Amino acid sequence: MTAAVITPSRRGSGFWRAFARNKGAVLGLAFLLLIVLMAIFADVLFPTSPWDMTAAPFEPPFSEDALLGSDTLGRDIAAGIAHGARVSLLIGLTSTAVAVLIGVCLGAVSGFYGGWVDDAVMRFTELFQTIPNFVLAVVLVAIFTPSLTSIVLAIAIVSWPPLARLARGEFMSLRSREFVQAAVTTGQSNLTIIWRQILPNSLSPIIVSASLMVATAILLESSLSFLGLGDPNLMSWGYMVGAARTVIRQAWWMSFFPGIAILLTVLALNLVGEGLNDALNPKLARKGRA
Amino acid sequence: MSNRLRYIRQSLTAAALAAALATPALLSAPSVAVAQERGGTMNIIVQPEPPLLVLGLNQQGPTQTVAGKIYQGLLTYDFNLKPQPELAESWEVSPDGKVYTFKLVKNAKWHDGKPFTAADVVFSTSKMLMETHPRARAVFAKCEKIEALDDYTVRFTLKEPFGPFLQSFEVSSAPIMPKHIYDGSDYKANPANATPIGTGPFKFKEWVKGSYIHLVRNDEYWKAGKPYLDDIYFRVIPDAASRSVAVEQGTVQQTQFNDIETFDVPRLKQLPNVEMTTKGYEFFAPLSWIEINTRNKPLDDKRFRQAMMHAIDRKFIRDKIWFGLGRPATGPVNSVTRFYEPGVKKYDFDPKKAEALLEEAGYKKGSDGTRAKVKLLVMPYGETWTRLGEYIKQAMKRVGVDVTLETTDSAGWVNRVSNWDYDLTFNFVYQYGDPALGVSRTYVSDNIRKGVMFSNTMGYANPEVDRLFAQAAQTNKDEERQQLYSAAQKILVEDVPVAWLLEMEFPTFVDKRFKNAITTAIGVNESYDSVYMVKK
Repeated sequence: MTAAVITPSRRGSGFWRAFARNKGAVLGLAFLLLIVLMAIFADVLFPTSPWDMTAAPFEPPFSEDALLGSDTLGRDIAAGIAHGARVSLLIGLTSTAVAVLIGVCLGAVSGFYGGWVDDAVMRFTELFQTIPNFVLAVVLVAIFTPSLTSIVLAIAIVSWPPLARLARGEFMSLRSREFVQAAVTTGQSNLTIIWRQILPNSLSPIIVSASLMVATAILLESSLSFLGLGDPNLMSWGYMVGAARTVIRQAWWMSFFPGIAILLTVLALNLVGEGLNDALNPKLARKGRA
Repeated sequence: MSNRLRYIRQSLTAAALAAALATPALLSAPSVAVAQERGGTMNIIVQPEPPLLVLGLNQQGPTQTVAGKIYQGLLTYDFNLKPQPELAESWEVSPDGKVYTFKLVKNAKWHDGKPFTAADVVFSTSKMLMETHPRARAVFAKCEKIEALDDYTVRFTLKEPFGPFLQSFEVSSAPIMPKHIYDGSDYKANPANATPIGTGPFKFKEWVKGSYIHLVRNDEYWKAGKPYLDDIYFRVIPDAASRSVAVEQGTVQQTQFNDIETFDVPRLKQLPNVEMTTKGYEFFAPLSWIEINTRNKPLDDKRFRQAMMHAIDRKFIRDKIWFGLGRPATGPVNSVTRFYEPGVKKYDFDPKKAEALLEEAGYKKGSDGTRAKVKLLVMPYGETWTRLGEYIKQAMKRVGVDVTLETTDSAGWVNRVSNWDYDLTFNFVYQYGDPALGVSRTYVSDNIRKGVMFSNTMGYANPEVDRLFAQAAQTNKDEERQQLYSAAQKILVEDVPVAWLLEMEFPTFVDKRFKNAITTAIGVNESYDSVYMVKK
């Protein structure tokens, strides 16, 4: 009944082969796995809270009780990075999930129904697109007082419009295809057609851009924390860079290591996103196989 | 100067030279046997830019620093807060402490050439400041009458003795305003407000908004031969990092109060061209504390509050968060303010004692090691206070108290604290040279006023403390006041209505070529009539 172009098993192996062809993507994925493992085992690696003052203040890197140095109050930078990975990944993933949910729902409705529904939804989307992302996020977090939830929601709210436009485009082009028309003639409900016919076939570009969006979300969270708009009870990389800024001449390591962590994670996510694009984009895939 | 330098150079090594110059020069009395030459221009940072310069109408910090050179008070105060002559050359107090008679200087003139007389003093203290200056109003409202006995004698008769009366005459507390310009006019709308006229050593010349305020030498200043400087520019530099750079590059010769962020202080201290002092803030004597809402559980329990005092390492806060600026506070009165009592209960940093107190108060450890949960509203006054919040959270966690940090903006902070919507927060207030002026307001129960900031927002009430503060304000016998304030301080330190942190110090950086800048307890707000520049 479904009109999937490729059967699942072949698609799986082909996907991995295509993905693995991009060396950068594999490297990115490996690094990302490392970060995820670090986040999961942060409590094992650094059993004390990252806020605990475990060393003398301003210890340089590679000193006895602080591998990557310690900060103004003697907190271990390495512990901060490990625990901060949790916050960064958590916020990156959940806010992207929320953004995908909002974006795809609105985009799907808009692209599938067209007409005035499309107009209304797109004008609504444009409303969000005209306001600069970061400014809107700052305002939202400031209004709802900084907390994990408010930050996730703020990032989701500023991130969904591109996804909505993407989903809309995909739905518009797919809804005139034969398999959709076939589904209409067999009397399937609109919801079934959207959910089971069009959505699975438009997932590839959405997955690719969502993976890149995780990277943007992590950057957004870091920028908010850098400005002091992070959750004051959670250690995050952006917070660490922000807190280090004022003593950068005394202690370069305080901002350097968290900064590197952000850089590498975002780079890894972008590489993985590119790999996904290579593997999932039918046009590129065909070229690759030829 | 050159002789002295040569002598030093011959007798000391280069390293010792630096040390020798660093200590005495900034604070040296005018009596140093060095020619005080005319001339020189001083650039001082002013931050934020004052709204206007008429000190009688606006008493914000930056206004005081600039207008302190234009206007003058009857008195000023030395580092021990003893009154010193300014526009009043001498004064007498009646034995019953109700009549104060001031003899004024006879040759002072306003910047527009009109003579300064007793009429100006009477007008300022009994009319203008009563309308425009809340702090002065609180003091002069205690006068039954204020009268000019002749052109150069003023007599204040009080309804009842008021201890800190003589502490209320420095330039920002009671600036003397020109009667011939303001009498009978709408003070705030007076066109002369744009060109302030005072009796001080410097005259207003020009104000380029957002850039600088230019003051020039008053050639007809009433102290012969003074001032020495030709002019002073107050430079507006809103960005903190740029202010530090301006000091490093030598484009400004003085910064004060919060101009330089604490984390930049250790670096600027090393500069060869400037000297740092923390003197000259004795009159303000800021004291910081963790404000405790004593209405909320578990903060209503005295033992819980005492445990907080033991759980917090104030030396660490001073050294690591304030980069060495300040002194750990022992109680409600700053040790540089009058009537400080050192013999109060001491709260050493001792987490074990803190835990014992919490145990005793019935706050047992739960399964997760937590005894109690409180919220801390971090004061939105910059990074230093954020760091402090993080430290308090960890320090309290060590004794089993879970502190959740909350953040807000300035308006939100004032709103929440003044309406008692908080558990813990930070605060610091000025003490204005006397407990009756700057200390009692935070602890007496008739100052528990919802919606009013810097009042008794903790909701602390102790009738004995109320009585002691009231009685101490109503006498001018220093020994008697000391006894009453000592008793009040002992009770307060036992009760811990707030957890005192630091007697705060502000760094003043002054270019080494400029001498005599900081000579009194009002420091940078002084008239600067004896500041001179050593030309190399």
